[in-house]
Amino acid sequence: MYDVFTLLGFGEGGWGPALLKGTLITLQISLGGFIIGLIVGLLTAAAKLSRSTPAQTIANGYSTICRAVPELLLIILFFYGGSSLINATGRWLGFGEVDVAGIPVAILVLGLVQGAYASEIFRGAIQSVNRGQIEAAHAYGMSKRKIFWRITLPVMAPNALGGLANLWVYIIKDSALISVVGTTELLQVAKQAGGSTKEYLIFFGAAAAIYYVITLSSSYLFKLLEDYLRRWQPKH
Amino acid sequence: MDFLNGTFFTELSFFKDNAFLIENMDLLVEGLWTTVTLLGISLVFGFVFAIFVALARLSKSALLSYPAFLFTSVIRGTPLLVQIYIYYYGLGILFSQMPEVRSSFLWPYLRDGYWYIAFALILSTAGYLGEVIRGGLLSVPKGEIETARAFGMSARKAFLRVRLPRTIYLLTPTLAGETVLLLKSTALASTIAVVDLLGAANRIRSMTFEVYKPLLLVAVIYLILTLVIEYVFKRIEKRIPVRA
Repeated sequence: MYDVFTLLGFGEGGWGPALLKGTLITLQISLGGFIIGLIVGLLTAAAKLSRSTPAQTIANGYSTICRAVPELLLIILFFYGGSSLINATGRWLGFGEVDVAGIPVAILVLGLVQGAYASEIFRGAIQSVNRGQIEAAHAYGMSKRKIFWRITLPVMAPNALGGLANLWVYIIKDSALISVVGTTELLQVAKQAGGSTKEYLIFFGAAAAIYYVITLSSSYLFKLLEDYLRRWQPKH
Repeated sequence: MDFLNGTFFTELSFFKDNAFLIENMDLLVEGLWTTVTLLGISLVFGFVFAIFVALARLSKSALLSYPAFLFTSVIRGTPLLVQIYIYYYGLGILFSQMPEVRSSFLWPYLRDGYWYIAFALILSTAGYLGEVIRGGLLSVPKGEIETARAFGMSARKAFLRVRLPRTIYLLTPTLAGETVLLLKSTALASTIAVVDLLGAANRIRSMTFEVYKPLLLVAVIYLILTLVIEYVFKRIEKRIPVRA
């Protein structure tokens, strides 16, 4: 029987350093996936709101599929599909077999899944921007790009932020699914530690506690950010 | 004639290429059944549990409301997969070390991953839906409940006949979304060796060395199930009486 503090500590026989490294990888995957999700989501929202029918169809199909099919299935599919695609490209370019590192693929997969949800949030937020404000900006002679950066984006940001905060919490939780394809993030480390010491309850409990701290503190930080972005809005 | 032969051949090779699907049909049907029953069990029990969680959250007594708050916060703040591992590996191993549990009538259930996943999904549904139902209960106009009480209904009757049905009506669109999320969560069953839809696909993949086809097929089945859920909830929504 081991002592809990030795097992989770940083001394000899302690899994502290491994768990810390796993936590950092979890944060890295989540942050990378979140950023890709934001970019994909903005582009998809733009396609949904565009006048081009094919763009709308592709965007709607993508977000419907990614929101109806389990993330775990998509992760397995994209992971193997993605790595053989990268390998095929590597062969075609004459690099031979490329060893696909787990983390970039994990980021890409989570980003694609997130993009589908983010696109719905952005679409709603963009539509909630008052048309009159955009017309007024037009009347002042602003270019389309300037209108987006100076009017649409700052006005919609606080509206989108609530949804995006939820998405960030989702991606932290979804990043645990990456352990299924063997990337050594937090849950995978906990699984290895549990497997070698047979103290599953301690390590999965510790992993749960770390995830909980991350999600709680990020919810708090997002709350502060939302207050900051809403500072120009009338208080009620 | 050549033309006919051509199509005939392509069709034949289609069946030959995809024969693995027909050979493993029983596995897929078993997986579909597991997924659907998991969805049903966790939806029904989770929903009932969620009502109690919501009531506890709204209770004036901190002894009830604080534990309920902690429960929803932890369930919603940690990955479902971690929760499943805690129950399956953590508790499962503890159970297997206790001789009194091993000899009890519950042991066949406690050995089966299916019941761990059902347990995890029920608790998770209770956590997520509890928060949703709490919001719904708060948005029922107070006057309606007061009217019910004025008609001489007991507090319990007013809750069961007025407040709860009104909440469910208000929440039907949200419930549809939550049910789809729950369907997607059932796929985690495959991580603890339960043969649900995704588990069946993974098994077929390992037996036939087909990398994508089983996954794509199962993805289509999930898509169809989602459409069915959305259709059913649309039908329910239409039956809700609304004042024109």
